[in-house]
Amino acid sequence: MKLIPLFIILPLGAAFLLSLSGKRKGAFCDIFSNAITLLLFIISLITLYNTNTQILPLIYKVGGWAPPIGIPLVVDSLTAFMLLIVNFISFMINLYSVNYMEKFTAKSKFYTLFLLMVGGMNGVVISGDIFNLFVFFELASIASYALVAFGSRAEEMEASFKYMAMSAMGSLFILLGIVFLYSNASTLNMAHLSEVISNQGINKTVIFSSILFILGFGIKSAIVPFHAWLADAHPAAPAPISAMLSGILIKSLGIYSLCRIFYNVLGVTTSFLSLLMFLGAVSIIVGGLLALGQSDLKRMLAYSSISQVGYIILGLGIGTPMAILGALFHLFNHSIFKSLLFLNSGAVEYATGTRDLEKLGGLREKMPITANTSLIASMGISGIPPFNGFFSKLLIIFACIKSGYIGYGIWAIIGSVLTISYFMKFQKSAFFGPAPKELESTREVPFLMQTSMVILSIVCIFSGVIILPKFGNYFTEPAKNVLAQGKDYKDMILKVTNEK
Amino acid sequence: MLTYFLCLILFCVGLYAIVRKRNIIKIIIGIIICEYAVNLFLALFAYKMNGRSPIYSPRQEIVNMVDPLPQALALTSIVIGLATTALLVGIAIRIYEKYGTFDITKINRLKG
Repeated sequence: MKLIPLFIILPLGAAFLLSLSGKRKGAFCDIFSNAITLLLFIISLITLYNTNTQILPLIYKVGGWAPPIGIPLVVDSLTAFMLLIVNFISFMINLYSVNYMEKFTAKSKFYTLFLLMVGGMNGVVISGDIFNLFVFFELASIASYALVAFGSRAEEMEASFKYMAMSAMGSLFILLGIVFLYSNASTLNMAHLSEVISNQGINKTVIFSSILFILGFGIKSAIVPFHAWLADAHPAAPAPISAMLSGILIKSLGIYSLCRIFYNVLGVTTSFLSLLMFLGAVSIIVGGLLALGQSDLKRMLAYSSISQVGYIILGLGIGTPMAILGALFHLFNHSIFKSLLFLNSGAVEYATGTRDLEKLGGLREKMPITANTSLIASMGISGIPPFNGFFSKLLIIFACIKSGYIGYGIWAIIGSVLTISYFMKFQKSAFFGPAPKELESTREVPFLMQTSMVILSIVCIFSGVIILPKFGNYFTEPAKNVLAQGKDYKDMILKVTNEK
Repeated sequence: MLTYFLCLILFCVGLYAIVRKRNIIKIIIGIIICEYAVNLFLALFAYKMNGRSPIYSPRQEIVNMVDPLPQALALTSIVIGLATTALLVGIAIRIYEKYGTFDITKINRLKG
């Protein structure tokens, strides 16, 4: 309970302190920011434990003001689930960037922006007030624009501008949607908003603002008609930031906000669900086909993100408890293996200086750890049975068939075949075969980079067990219940706020 | 009603600039116009004819008060807009240094 505001205070405060440290090099920035992210990870574990021992969600009132007026920070099971993902991945990536960011100048500025982004994402996930969610959304977005352009080469500037122009429009749509909701309901608190809307019934204003929300959050989560920025922005960023963006930013800012607002606040309708299913299925196929044709390693991974996000959206669109469970499980899995794959691509670039698949080859002997971890991640993402990706995709496809959407099930299977094919291409051209002459002197990356890759791959191997009820009951199952119970969310929140 | 319609037109002008213009600076101005249209909309729907500013004073009875929250929201969104604009302009300057042009059709080293 007392720990809740720390998710926002710690990263923001640390970012402020790091920005004061100027251009000073040395171990201070590394140790400090790693300590902060480790601390956040530990707190998120404690928070997960707390939400599992309590039935009602935890609420912190900012400034002591009671909720209809003040801003509440709400931690329920879904929030705890997302917080754990965000803080675990950001700790791993922070560990990785200690060595990787050596070649860039102004490392302290990197950590400042990085921690601002982490603080923004935590804020989006934890906020119980819709406008506050928007403010944190913008905080994380602005930090990510600057981080995409961090290398300050021409391509990075171009990608960042494209990303910024599209994303700024998305944010405006979200703001406009919030304004329409407020003009209709005269409150910004999510629980109260939900109550007012269910008393009023769905009118034209609510429908219009939900269209605006789909546009805005759709741009952020890169569902297919809005995906153009992702394939430029993710490859252009430094590898840790690509891993951050693909691993957690599009999920916490895009998918989490989308499903929190639609499932818990506005209430889902059949037309919304069928729209989500359609967009998800289109994303799976389009992302997969585009990934197949790429020769740039990171660009291929970025298109693959679009395809995998399609699975999550498809699962959320089916809307049965089993499908939602599959979608959340896939969200967790994707954040693990996609960030691992981007870290691998960064390691390859670090060691060889190129990420063009046609120029690579035979790195298996030179870089055994990178090769093996990327093999594990590739098998995870393409759904080879003992790994985690298999179970989540299986759940989503089963849910499709069980609800009678056999066509969508077949699309998802085709998408899975596409995934296997482009990851086979990646493995074959990067790690197998003869090594070109230029890569003779390649060596394995430094220790800390290896450590974070190895930890992520271990999680990737063993997180398949979450499918078993014994483990899932503490992690994905309660998070699924939050979404599946839909608008009962408001009753839980109001019960807690009225008690005190 | 007319004012809301004019506000919509302002938003569409901004959108037109973003979609149709080739110059980066004009695109940025388009984004700014869109932002201001949204801020104007915030202020408009909170407006009340002959409304009174929502400042509490002990001796007066407050009648016909305007809603203060949208104004606070507009302030916040102006600040956010400032940050975005500053970053956009900063990147635009760097793009001009690298490419020597503001024309987006000539800034195409990335291939979709």
